[in-house]
Amino acid sequence: MLLAFILAMGATMLLQKAFTPKLGLDLAGGTTVTLSPVTLNNASPPEEILDRAVNIIRERVNGTGISDAEVAKSGDNIIISIPGVGQSEAIKLVATTAELRFRQVLAMEATQVPQDLATNAPSPGASQSAAPSASASAAPSTTASGSPQQSAKPSQSAGAPSASPTGKALSSALTAPTPAASASAAPSATQSAQGQKNDKKGQNAKATPSASPSAQASTPPAQDPNAPQINTQGIDPAVLAQFNKLNCADPANRGQGVQDDPNKQYAGCETDGSYKYVLDVAKVVGTDIDTASAGVRQGTTEWVVQLDFKSKGAGAWADLTQKAYSSQEPRNKVAVVLDGVVITAPNIISPIPGGRAEITGGFDQASATTLADQLKYGALPLKFNRSSIDSVSSTLGQDQLQGGLIAGVIGLGLVVLYCLLYYRGLGIVAVLSLVVASILTYTAVVVLGHNAGFRLSLPHIIGLVVSIGITADSFIVYFERIRDEMKEGHRTLRAAVEVAWVRARRTILIADAVMFIAAIVLYFLAVGGVAGFAFAMGLTTLIDIVVVFLFTKPFIALLARLKFFAKGHPLSGLDAERMSEHGTAARPTTPQEA
Amino acid sequence: MGLARRLYRGEIDVDFVGKWRLWYSLSGVLLLVSIVGLLVNGLNLGVEFRGGTVFSFKTSQNVTVEQVRDAIREDGVHQVIVQSAGNGWRVTTESLQEDFRAQVQSDIAKDFNTPAGEVSVQAIGATWGGEVSQKAWIGLGVFMLAIILYLSMAFEPKMALAAIVALFHDLIITAGIYAWSGFEVTPATLLGFLTILGYSLYDAVVVFDMIKEVTAKLGHTSKMTYSMAANNALNHTLIRSLNTSLVAILPVAAILFIGTTLLGAGTLKDLSLALFVGMIVGTYSSICVATPLLVTLKEREPKYQAIAKRLASTKGTGKGAKGGSKSAAVAKG
Repeated sequence: MLLAFILAMGATMLLQKAFTPKLGLDLAGGTTVTLSPVTLNNASPPEEILDRAVNIIRERVNGTGISDAEVAKSGDNIIISIPGVGQSEAIKLVATTAELRFRQVLAMEATQVPQDLATNAPSPGASQSAAPSASASAAPSTTASGSPQQSAKPSQSAGAPSASPTGKALSSALTAPTPAASASAAPSATQSAQGQKNDKKGQNAKATPSASPSAQASTPPAQDPNAPQINTQGIDPAVLAQFNKLNCADPANRGQGVQDDPNKQYAGCETDGSYKYVLDVAKVVGTDIDTASAGVRQGTTEWVVQLDFKSKGAGAWADLTQKAYSSQEPRNKVAVVLDGVVITAPNIISPIPGGRAEITGGFDQASATTLADQLKYGALPLKFNRSSIDSVSSTLGQDQLQGGLIAGVIGLGLVVLYCLLYYRGLGIVAVLSLVVASILTYTAVVVLGHNAGFRLSLPHIIGLVVSIGITADSFIVYFERIRDEMKEGHRTLRAAVEVAWVRARRTILIADAVMFIAAIVLYFLAVGGVAGFAFAMGLTTLIDIVVVFLFTKPFIALLARLKFFAKGHPLSGLDAERMSEHGTAARPTTPQEA
Repeated sequence: MGLARRLYRGEIDVDFVGKWRLWYSLSGVLLLVSIVGLLVNGLNLGVEFRGGTVFSFKTSQNVTVEQVRDAIREDGVHQVIVQSAGNGWRVTTESLQEDFRAQVQSDIAKDFNTPAGEVSVQAIGATWGGEVSQKAWIGLGVFMLAIILYLSMAFEPKMALAAIVALFHDLIITAGIYAWSGFEVTPATLLGFLTILGYSLYDAVVVFDMIKEVTAKLGHTSKMTYSMAANNALNHTLIRSLNTSLVAILPVAAILFIGTTLLGAGTLKDLSLALFVGMIVGTYSSICVATPLLVTLKEREPKYQAIAKRLASTKGTGKGAKGGSKSAAVAKG
């Protein structure tokens, strides 16, 4: 059975062509950042906000193009592991506070995409020509006249980025949730047609004739005839310069983690990079939101996102929407900026007093829920304290790995030596058991590494080395019991092996249970490396039980049939003569000792 | 017969339980000294608790501690602690700002002819240690509760109590050794402390298991008091306890050796030092503290008082009873 177990593990290793454990960053080299998020009044954040923070940080890390980075929650902390060295920029980026901001759009422009990028990613390529059509078609919707107010999936539904160009080219609409707003229900039909076209990877957008932009007649003609013209009135020249330089096709520029100062104008990209915007100062921020939810509008099948503002936010929101409503395209949009990027920029169809608003346009359940979540938790009222930053160079990591392995080998060697010296023949059983335990541990670490993302780190190695003691102890308990039985002398070896096992088994299980409880407690309450150590300890405790039950015990029972052991050969470790001078038959009376 | 020989044969009969006054006073003194040390010296908390920045690098150049210290002071860093191990260096400074940290990092690389990517940096916020120790305390509390519950069920509440007291004993003395010696306390050390608890209990559990087995036979006609039986069980498992501890300490000693010689200060050393000290204390306490304490608790029970009284009257003085424990020796099977 044990053999089958080992073979199964070995086969898994063979099949996955995985023979070496995956190494943690402290061994392989890399940077580990531990963030301790706290709310603004220094309390620990609720679980759901923490989860949201993990998602935001994960998006940021992915946005920087770092491969193989991991973002994980560990208790109240967030641990970010970035392989490779020299990632200080990335660290700066990930540990900033995300806050949701509502900014009026001052100018927008579709992203210019280099040709080579367009070929492997059809989506951004389409957006170039899609841009004019967007402003053209979106313009009528400001009047809420019921003309095709085209709206598509909002950006954050970017599970399928290829579908987004048209989504970006068009926009959602923001209304007060009044019956009057049902005007926007009509366009949803248009939208669903649009959605179908979206699935054809933006062909629709390409097919759209590039109409010249309609609304901004007053601006001077740009040098690039394709570029939409921009009404620069009221735009900070510095921000405008930034805007002109901004290349949203490059994911690195999408601003994740950029602290957009709410009191300044801001140039930023849409999440998928299809648009860039100049945005006004933030008039409303995430903390002004009371709640947000996704739902189906009554009497329709259309998914909408509803927003409720707090009383203080409601006034500001009414002002903002009033201002946007009375502005011309594209200034009739209010961008929702999360973490430096525009997650959506709906048109304002009407001024929205009363603190309730509704975003419509091409949502499905998933995208509506995502947006609602972003609005609800997007304002992360969290500070990320950078609790620890640990950047380990690969050579230092290699040294530690080497040191840990050398220590392991020395430790194992000493234990083997001691077992052989003290237990002689039985020592061979102990050594073989340790070998089996080592093989099991190694295969377990490799298989876990490739299937459960387990990465061997320094604390793991220490945990494994320390556990050699636990494993060896099980044999010692058992061997001592056998020797006890032999010393009492009224049993044959075969009987002694069985009787001793019954007693030793109980002790081993109880003692291992204590270690296991310790490991579990350490694992769940630990920070940083402690969890790894505890995991290793728990793993080896389990392996210890498996080895003792399935290997050591049967093996000894087998040996007990051998003459060498049964007759108590001096080298067997079960030498009756040596164990008791009073012979095997007599109950030993221990000599007096003061 | 030499001690080693008797040890090998398991023919030990030391009256551990009878000497409880000795152990109690020894432990009492140790505890007192430890507590005084903790109060007077306090613990030498590592950078993880105080907050700070640690640079680690290797250089092929021949440099002295002073040279390294001066080179880093030149950058305008105030507190500089330099530790060396082989050709590796570990420099601990106060908390440095992100940009400053990067600058020091590149200066080190320049000064000591090391690739910039090979200068490792560890930056720890001042609040980090508080969180680590808070978690450690919570961990300790939960662990204690879980263990008391488990031992109360697997054995009995009095055994759980004795084991827990021995645990605190180990913890305080180990901490005391840290206070007096000035060894640095890092999260790895805390980890070591928590692991010691596991080991200390593991040891006690094996001894208690035997005590439970031996004392289960005690009845109206038995010739042993609880303390005699316990002492018997203790002697029975002594070889195992010593062997186990030795076998457990061997790998830890290996880590300690490698950690100190090859790698210098760091996780390996901190953890193994705590384990090394704690395991020795733990072995002592499971034999000389946990068991005598258990006996003290159990001898108060009427059942065992009756046995003690009966044996005392038949055998005369307590001294006789003590002798009896020896002749009764192995009273099982």
